[in-house]
Amino acid sequence: MSNEGVIYRISGPVVTATGMRAAMYDVVRVGDEGLMGEVIELHGDKAVIQVYEDTSGIRPGEPVLNTQETLSVSLGPGLLTQIYDGIQRPLPTLEKEMGVFITRGVDADAFDLEKIWTFEPQVAVGDAVVGGQVIGHVQETETIIHKIMVPPTTSGTVKSIESGDFNVTQTVCVLEDGTEMQMMQKWPVRTPRPFQQKYAPDTPLVTGMRILDFLFPLAKGGAAGIPGPFGSGKTVTQQSLAKYSDAQLVVYIGCGERGNEMTEVLDEFPHLIDPNTGKPLMERTVMIANTSNMPVAAREASVYTGITIAEYFRDMGYDVALMADSTSRWAEAMREISSRLEEMPGEEGYPAYLSSRIAEFYERAGRVETLNGDDGSVTVIGAVSPPGGDISEPVSQGTLRIVKVFWGLDAGLARQRHFPAINWLNSYSLYPQSLDQWFRDNISQDFPEVRTQISGLLQIESELQEIVQLVGSDALPTDQQLTLEVARMIREFFLQQNGFHDVDAYCDIHLQYKMAKAILSFQEAAKSAMAGGAQLNDVVNIPSRSDLMRGRFETGYIDIIESMVETMTTEIAATVEDN
Amino acid sequence: MTGKEYRTITDVKGPLVFLNKTEPVAFGEIVTLRLTNGTIKNGQVLDTSDDLVIVQVFEGTSKIDREAGVTFMGDVFKLPVSTDLIGRILDGAGRPRDGGPEIVAEETKDIIGAAINPYSRQSPNDFIQTGVSAIDLCTSLVRGQKLPIFSASGLPHNDIALQIARQAKLKDSDEDFVVVFCAMGITAEEYNFFRSDLERTGALESAVLFVNLADDPAVERIITPRLALTAAEYLAFEKDKHVLVIYTDMTNYCDALRQIGAAREEVPGRRGYPGYMYTDLAMLYERAGLVKGKKGSITQFPILTMPGDDITHPIPDLSGYITEGQIVISRELHQQGIYPPINVLPSLSRLMGSCIGEKTTREDHKSVSDQMYAAYAQGRELRGLVAIVGEDALNERDKQLLDFSGVFEDKFLRQTRDEDRSIEETLDLCWSLMSSIDTKYLVRLDQKWIDKYHPDNRS
Repeated sequence: MSNEGVIYRISGPVVTATGMRAAMYDVVRVGDEGLMGEVIELHGDKAVIQVYEDTSGIRPGEPVLNTQETLSVSLGPGLLTQIYDGIQRPLPTLEKEMGVFITRGVDADAFDLEKIWTFEPQVAVGDAVVGGQVIGHVQETETIIHKIMVPPTTSGTVKSIESGDFNVTQTVCVLEDGTEMQMMQKWPVRTPRPFQQKYAPDTPLVTGMRILDFLFPLAKGGAAGIPGPFGSGKTVTQQSLAKYSDAQLVVYIGCGERGNEMTEVLDEFPHLIDPNTGKPLMERTVMIANTSNMPVAAREASVYTGITIAEYFRDMGYDVALMADSTSRWAEAMREISSRLEEMPGEEGYPAYLSSRIAEFYERAGRVETLNGDDGSVTVIGAVSPPGGDISEPVSQGTLRIVKVFWGLDAGLARQRHFPAINWLNSYSLYPQSLDQWFRDNISQDFPEVRTQISGLLQIESELQEIVQLVGSDALPTDQQLTLEVARMIREFFLQQNGFHDVDAYCDIHLQYKMAKAILSFQEAAKSAMAGGAQLNDVVNIPSRSDLMRGRFETGYIDIIESMVETMTTEIAATVEDN
Repeated sequence: MTGKEYRTITDVKGPLVFLNKTEPVAFGEIVTLRLTNGTIKNGQVLDTSDDLVIVQVFEGTSKIDREAGVTFMGDVFKLPVSTDLIGRILDGAGRPRDGGPEIVAEETKDIIGAAINPYSRQSPNDFIQTGVSAIDLCTSLVRGQKLPIFSASGLPHNDIALQIARQAKLKDSDEDFVVVFCAMGITAEEYNFFRSDLERTGALESAVLFVNLADDPAVERIITPRLALTAAEYLAFEKDKHVLVIYTDMTNYCDALRQIGAAREEVPGRRGYPGYMYTDLAMLYERAGLVKGKKGSITQFPILTMPGDDITHPIPDLSGYITEGQIVISRELHQQGIYPPINVLPSLSRLMGSCIGEKTTREDHKSVSDQMYAAYAQGRELRGLVAIVGEDALNERDKQLLDFSGVFEDKFLRQTRDEDRSIEETLDLCWSLMSSIDTKYLVRLDQKWIDKYHPDNRS
């Protein structure tokens, strides 16, 4: 049999070819136009192919050519600041080739193959090198050094090494056995890139969002799921994370979502400054946009394209954060393909392998010792869009079984305009135990205890609210009324955060701690004042408390918050004497 | 290949015809069926292989027998487009319905429509004033947005859609919208209502209507919105028009989709709707927007009726995940006799942030909108409490908010069907209504706007 076959059947994005030698996941070129596809099933002589482009107008009998390669991404200098479709074609190039509408049959290099980069060698002639070892550096953007690594499966002794200006396809290093290495390498997207070992995560991914960092922290190398109904702020949360989290690199996958949202990101990111480095955010970002109306098979591939790029940067020793918005659309793409294959469905029409695919994907997250002995991580944050907001559906459940952090978005909170609309009662993080040491060492010795107090107050509030619903708050004893007031302060002052406000959008982790302490100081001062005979109303309404709360919208808050707290406690103490 | 007629039908099932022993047929190819009684029907290839071809027949399969002749037209479905479309009424398959001549094509366009490259899109940020206070203040519409109306049977969504179509304009501009109206399975009565209203206001002359009524073939509804959007794209991106696409009713469209899915024995998703419905709807909704280097725009107003008023039903649910917000019509408000009965609480415009403020509407818009929303939300919540504990148990603040919720519905929401309020009028109305609440409870208003706009501070 040869590499060339003919089309037997076409059903939407699924094409069947006969008479072709094929192996699973081989990339093929379909039809006279050579549309890109991937073999996903074999039946005797027939190969079932999912096609990454629209198939209308294609006929049985047209040729199919097997390239014998698996679906791979190109990795090398030029990746950063790019925006790709699901199969790593740069969208700006597609615009140049075919105008504003995406038609089909166009190939595009993942990045400029002619662009000249300055290669600084890190090894010398005669050095023994192994897979993953860094042989040279390229300053790709102002903040990121792109480390050129030996492909994972290669090793040997350096015969020659270049230095100076090269493009990504020119040979920069030759080994004794004749192996030539370029700055660009390829890696199949469905195969995780190798590493030496996985570590337990022990450092938080600081996001600048108070409810996340403080109550439900995510570790670098961890995985989080954000399920929520439409309008609850999934995308805004994901974008905030992409903007402010302290990862060194961000891969943002817009998977089956709105076109205008991607445009917003594209318009906004080049103007935004990374709070951790002071450089434009775009310089640390790779974007993948396969919007809801782009071909469904490419949507299926987009999450793999994204995570492979993330792993590549991880192997250089970077902390990478990957946002996938939304994994439900990815799952639906799987469902659509599966139904075209006439597979026996599992729950709600999803294929039976749905949960194992989800698990495999999230399992590619992790903090690892890379092949070159460095320490890198990939943190995965996946949005989930459960139908009707009901998380008992298969995608949410498959996600919750594997991730350790659950940030549950709540339509009710969104309707009250409480943003981020993350429900503090049902969200959870399983990382605090492994991260507490970091918080103790870097923020404050009593950080975990403060967290416990804050979340305890919120828990008590929810119980008290049930009583208030029945009898009104005036019927409660004053100490419980105070608890409600403190909890309200936690919600409005601490948990609510304006993602669009210049100052409030990002909250330093040290400041978060100080704000939490300020709430507890208020509680303590109010308690002792009321024990001394002060009225709840007088205590609650002192102006210095509103000043303290409003202060979070001003720059330099972190420097004055403590003195504001002092003023407040003094004023509260004074209310005793007024009586 | 065109011209060869096959008489090799093996099976007919629901809207589908199966035939074999054909020469290679293209996926998506257009098909003509000639029945033994001389009737001509049209269809499209859904599945093709050497052995079997499945054709979806738009006009239904009634009277088709195994003797019917099937001709493959050698091309995918295309719509002839030209500026002559404007002012025309076409049926659900794009044929003239107004007795006028065939459209003389400047060119023909594939109706599936290619996806707009996200990189080539332009961010929508031109505020459209609809003259409806609830929409302008709380769910501001932007040119290039897709904002559906989530309604239910028996509610005045058609009036609202028409009022918007009539009044929509850019602030400080007389530039009109070209309305592309797409009817899917609505009743003749509803259609006449739309038509006569468009006629009355003279909008019909600059509109294009694609009409598939309740007694027209259900399967045809699959292509009707695609025709409408193809016409819209042509007018917007090649003829620099600002197009407003109204389509109603998306629920009928989705039901037609389900019908085909069932006939193909596909594995159904929720409530029997096909698993690919999200992608399918996205291929319609995502054809809204602005693109770089083109003057025109497409703004979409899909109307859908939520079965059983249930917003978690797959149709509103999947739509809400794709569209940029939603306007929710409330039966409760309608029954109180309030028009337009828009419930602002679950309504949302995702693009609002980019189109309001000093440069476009007014500097206090955001602040006023937040405060009106918050006060109304709290007032509504208090109604529940009052039902249990009585009004006397409320404190002063709560009393004021409770009263405000009534005023909000009666004075702010309520307007007549041809009342066209400018955004300034809407904002001034808000200030005068909010003055019934003590300023110290209006915590979401910036002090500087209170100083400038509060009736107490204006002479």
